[in-house]
Amino acid sequence: MDTTLLAAQLINGLQLGILLFLLASGLSLIFGIMDFVNLAHGSLYMVGAFFCATITDWTDSFIIGALLAIPATAVIGFLVEIIVVRKLYQRDHLDHVLATFGLILVFDTTTQMIWGPDGLVVPLPAWLDTRVTLFSDIVLPTYRIAIIGVGLAVAAGLWLLVSKTRLGMRIRAGASNRDMIGALGVDINLLFTLVFALGAVLAGLAGMMIAPITEASVGMGNGIIIVAFVVIVIGGIGSIKGAFAAAMIVGLIDTMGRSYLDSLFKLFMSNQNAETSAPAISAMLIYILMAAILAFRPQGLFPPKGR
Amino acid sequence: MKKSLIGLVSAVALLATPAVAADKVKIGFVTTITTPAGAMGRDMVDGANIALKHINNMMGGKQVDFIVEDDGFKPEIGKQKTDKLVKQDKVDFVTGYIWSHVLLASRKSALANDTFMISANAGPSPVAGKLCHKNFFSSSWQNDQNPMATGEVMNKDGIKKAYLMAPNYAAGKNMTAGVARTFKGEIVGKDLTKWGKDMQLDFSAELAKAKAAGAEAIAIFYPGPAGPAFIKQFDQAGLGSSMKLYTMFTVDALALQRLQKANLKGVLGSYNTMFWAPDLDNAVNKKFVADFKAKTGRYPTHYAAQSYDAIMLIKSGVDAVNGDLDNKDGIRAGMKKANFPSVRGKFRYGNNHFPIQDFHLRQVKADANGDWFVSYVSTVTKDHQDTYASKCKMK
Repeated sequence: MDTTLLAAQLINGLQLGILLFLLASGLSLIFGIMDFVNLAHGSLYMVGAFFCATITDWTDSFIIGALLAIPATAVIGFLVEIIVVRKLYQRDHLDHVLATFGLILVFDTTTQMIWGPDGLVVPLPAWLDTRVTLFSDIVLPTYRIAIIGVGLAVAAGLWLLVSKTRLGMRIRAGASNRDMIGALGVDINLLFTLVFALGAVLAGLAGMMIAPITEASVGMGNGIIIVAFVVIVIGGIGSIKGAFAAAMIVGLIDTMGRSYLDSLFKLFMSNQNAETSAPAISAMLIYILMAAILAFRPQGLFPPKGR
Repeated sequence: MKKSLIGLVSAVALLATPAVAADKVKIGFVTTITTPAGAMGRDMVDGANIALKHINNMMGGKQVDFIVEDDGFKPEIGKQKTDKLVKQDKVDFVTGYIWSHVLLASRKSALANDTFMISANAGPSPVAGKLCHKNFFSSSWQNDQNPMATGEVMNKDGIKKAYLMAPNYAAGKNMTAGVARTFKGEIVGKDLTKWGKDMQLDFSAELAKAKAAGAEAIAIFYPGPAGPAFIKQFDQAGLGSSMKLYTMFTVDALALQRLQKANLKGVLGSYNTMFWAPDLDNAVNKKFVADFKAKTGRYPTHYAAQSYDAIMLIKSGVDAVNGDLDNKDGIRAGMKKANFPSVRGKFRYGNNHFPIQDFHLRQVKADANGDWFVSYVSTVTKDHQDTYASKCKMK
């Protein structure tokens, strides 16, 4: 086997995993701590990408675009929580699903009305639009390495926030017993609003980082949100650590499936069958993994403690 | 004299009573309006509307009723919308259809109900071969035709090792098969990637494979938003220096708008093949492109051009029977002649109702205003007929 190719594919898988982690961590926090099913999480991913694209267009700088799009996405997160989501906490999961599915339609249509059906491109600054050479013969786009760096930094920051700060303590306490923490004088509404906005920012950040590779387009989050749900089911709902591990696993499985499955299939079936079935099967691999996890370890790989 | 009298009477009738269905030529148009591919559908509708304007919304002395439906990029929805148009709206023609899998799912709904179906884009091989039908016409091409021309161009460029990439659906398989049919070098690898509403847009793994396979050239078919995404990543990965990029139905006016915004100069000067170009030299095309640009502010894509031709083709059929829509044989005979002002110039229909036409080499250039567009260079294949026509039993 070609080791250069294998190494390049591992890094590609890692980069996909990082993006999935950013999406899934917010989803997991909201699902695990607030017990709220947010299908519209992918819409915040889209909103982040469009804000970033628009501001980049105005300022001619991707970095300024991303830095300003983060607070802008947070504001949208705040508004959505206050206007819609807050009224749904007491309802059951089916109502969450219905309401947030409605939110997806509202977001998609609004985005199409504002920006049109075309989608927006996000040009990279010249210093990011280069290549780096690793281990003498693996050439990778600098930007993809940057995504990995930013993602790892965010993961570390998130871990510090949840496990080392007073806010993180309250978030964990709120997850264990919402009524008790309210009785102790903590403003649980404010806390949940903050968590929701944090989730929105993480999703938006993922959208901003993918936009220069693909583009900002209407409905871009609706496919990837399914994968993010797969990630949190595999990792254990409510667990940041689980989301991180599962995102890496899913990212690697998906990339490796796309890279090697067709050669594998060609060993025992005709070329033509291998070429058509390999992409279909490789798209299925992560769902097969999820099904296995649900069968043998339904709480996920790293379920949060105390529940 | 008699004719004008009838015209006068029908005009009076039109004024006197609210238009009834039978007085109109009803055309249903199924395309993708939502999803990231919605811009393609918008281009098709814009192209059709230019045609309707050019003919004053009249065919065979009757008003045209033009109904647009969104397939949501899904075969099952495309079929539902076709059913709705045929059974509820009782249209005389359905046209549009960007996607081969949508067309294949929808064709029965129209053809089994004796409704004419005109594909303004998709040309999957079964419809050209075994499943050809007397009431089906194409105003575009059969999927394999353009890739066959691309394969010829690659031969001329002396490419020995090529890598192929396309989406995993009916048209993607036709496109790669088309290149393989004419390309004389070795195909060192091939990837069919996930397609549909949640299509794969990140090609990092596939690009790494192509590079490792030692390909001198990569030929791709990525219509819609996936095209610019691919070209950007090809550029970001720095592959342009070691690999020549050939595209099919990928670099069009919509893609170039995005690529120019992203300032991806790498695409300037690149070549692709097509049956048409915005600067193809004929009077019909000049008028079409000028009016399209005046109305929308952008260059038309081939999707718009084919939709323009679809409307003109329908008009030629309805005109041949003077608006007698029950005379299906007459309409069919009229359309079969391909006797209408086409943006591609003169062409004729094969036995399977797919065009026998020329394919041209085009190059991405900047126009006088600095806008990027695909410009005609030379003609690669003349009077090209698809290879599936022999499998069609129609004469």
